[in-house]
Amino acid sequence: MPEIFVLAEHRQGQIRDITYEMLTKAREIAEKANLMLTAVILGKEVKEKAKTLAEYAKKVLVVEDAKLENFNSDAYQKVLVNLMKEYKPTLTLIGHTSYGIELAPRLAAALNMPLATDCIDLALEGDTLTVTRQMYGGKVNVNATLRKAESYMVTVRQAAFTTQKPVTPLNGEIIEKPSLLTEEITTKRFIQYILPPPGGVDITAAEKLVGIGRGIKDQSNIPLIEDFAKTIGAVLACSRPIVDKGWLPNDRQVGSSGKTVKPKLYIALGISGAFQHVLGMKNSDLIIAINKDPNAPIFSFSDYGVVEDLFKIIPSLKNKIYELKGQKA
Amino acid sequence: MDIVVCVKHVPETAEAELKIDASGKGIEKSGLVFYINEWDDYALEEAVRIKEKFGGTVTAITVGAEDSDSTLRKCLARGADKAIRLTDPKFAGSDGYATAKILYSVIKNLHYDLVLTGMQAGDDGYAMVGPILAEMLGIPHTTMAKKIELEAGVAKVNRELEGGLEEQLEIKLPALISVQTGINEPCYVSIMGIRKAMQKEINVMTLADTGLSEADMGETGSWLKIEKLYVPPAEKQTEFLKGTPDEVAAKVAEILKARGFI
Ligand SMILES: Cc1cc2nc3c(=O)[nH]c(=O)nc-3n(C[C@H](O)[C@H](O)[C@H](O)COP(=O)(O)OP(=O)(O)OC[C@H]3O[C@@H](n4cnc5c(N)ncnc54)[C@H](O)[C@@H]3O)c2cc1C
Repeated sequence: MPEIFVLAEHRQGQIRDITYEMLTKAREIAEKANLMLTAVILGKEVKEKAKTLAEYAKKVLVVEDAKLENFNSDAYQKVLVNLMKEYKPTLTLIGHTSYGIELAPRLAAALNMPLATDCIDLALEGDTLTVTRQMYGGKVNVNATLRKAESYMVTVRQAAFTTQKPVTPLNGEIIEKPSLLTEEITTKRFIQYILPPPGGVDITAAEKLVGIGRGIKDQSNIPLIEDFAKTIGAVLACSRPIVDKGWLPNDRQVGSSGKTVKPKLYIALGISGAFQHVLGMKNSDLIIAINKDPNAPIFSFSDYGVVEDLFKIIPSLKNKIYELKGQKA
Repeated sequence: MDIVVCVKHVPETAEAELKIDASGKGIEKSGLVFYINEWDDYALEEAVRIKEKFGGTVTAITVGAEDSDSTLRKCLARGADKAIRLTDPKFAGSDGYATAKILYSVIKNLHYDLVLTGMQAGDDGYAMVGPILAEMLGIPHTTMAKKIELEAGVAKVNRELEGGLEEQLEIKLPALISVQTGINEPCYVSIMGIRKAMQKEINVMTLADTGLSEADMGETGSWLKIEKLYVPPAEKQTEFLKGTPDEVAAKVAEILKARGFI
């Protein structure tokens, strides 16, 4: 029976959410196209984890090897090339994560297998695979088809699908496979994890956040925004470019490579709303965005939108707040 | 240390109004300002810094139309020694895979210890050219680099994982590394640099110089075929507040008060 492979992603003993998100989507595709749903997990001691995956898949391939202790795309590629040549999955799903970005394109090239990256949706009809992905920082969606092939690979964006546990566990059969790795991988070697420096400010604990993005234009404008934030007792957070430029420390960054926040109030100032940012704040209770571009993706995630130059709004808004508080600015 | 840096000339779209073109498969490019892809800007800076420390050369290479020269000139002004532009109408419609093939056809004949790319381009966001190119070149690779330290025969690289975590890896040279934003602080171009860059030549190559066939590139040589572009549906029903800046500010303040934030 033709199958769908879902590569389980795990780190420091934890299966990562993207795995279950992919298994959920793969289950839907497998049922429609009558494919075997197979989870694949590589690691040092991962048999226990395979049991959890078996609730979500009809089959689990487990490859255990001490050489697979830490993620190493070169080791993964060697193992997966063998497995994929043996099982010839119609479709292989890998997370569009730091691990997947390192692994999938090179693996696809080695197998000469068409790959679509960072997909937010996909559908298999007959032997045609159609995907949806985004371009231009999320301003445009694209439907695309992959070049006709017997096997396809797709990397899936985080949080594109919502995990749903099967109503009854699928009780997938767990099959152990040898890694066939004969020697240490010397081209690439994992040394250590590096933890973010302990931060002074915990933005995840704040009830109100004012997030600033590249639209604030210059570091010298930050005090103006800080003053405004103080009027409502909000903490300053930011998008990635603000940290990249060194304008704010990285403990203030909201998004996939920063913090996930869920405050009661998030005011986004001059933030375009790229998916990596939105991932970190879209579950805030109330979102107000001020952006001069009416088509900025951030508005699609906001409760209230203001299409205007933020520098025209903020000073006035500060005064209005003082008025409502009955204080003098 | 000879370094090849792959760069792409892309439109600035964060602040621009985008219009889907008549074909429905692209955006209207006229009126957009093009510049060096954000990630490549960091890659170029990293290359120049490594050259300053260890000596050697930096070659900037791009697949793009003639107007990519402004991006290559910027690379030259910032310290690249050579620039190569691969231009051919047949290259149009290439995805990351086809682009990697085109880059490979030229880079394989250059001397390099390190190939640097941005981890993705801001326009189509494939994040695939670097690793595919490494596979074709048969050299080790890593992606999303936030720090690169070179030692005898190896590169120690801090690569970004999610949520602020990083991992440190060691890869053997020659290698390909794709860099993430924030790895350094790109410098501004000096007037001196611009003057010098004007004197340097941009080496232009076409399909004939690549040794590839037409079938290797463009839509036929790609993995992905774009069918349709459209504006993403909104996840939330957004209420837009309208009026003069003062009126809008008043409305925002009222909302904040009504919700108990003031
Ligand atoms: C692997 C990876 C991880 C990433 N992780 C993160 C992350 O954790 N967090 C994150 O934020 N990003 C992250 N990014 C980057 C992300 O893709 C975007 O590039 C980034 O979020 C853009 O930041 P921005 O909105 O501030 O800037 P831009 O996209 O440049 O947007 C600036 C906005 O400001 C508006 N503007 C300009 N001037 C004004 C004005 N005067 N008044 C009002 N509005 C104005 C513009 O219209 C525009 O919408 C990541 C990217 C990658 C590839």
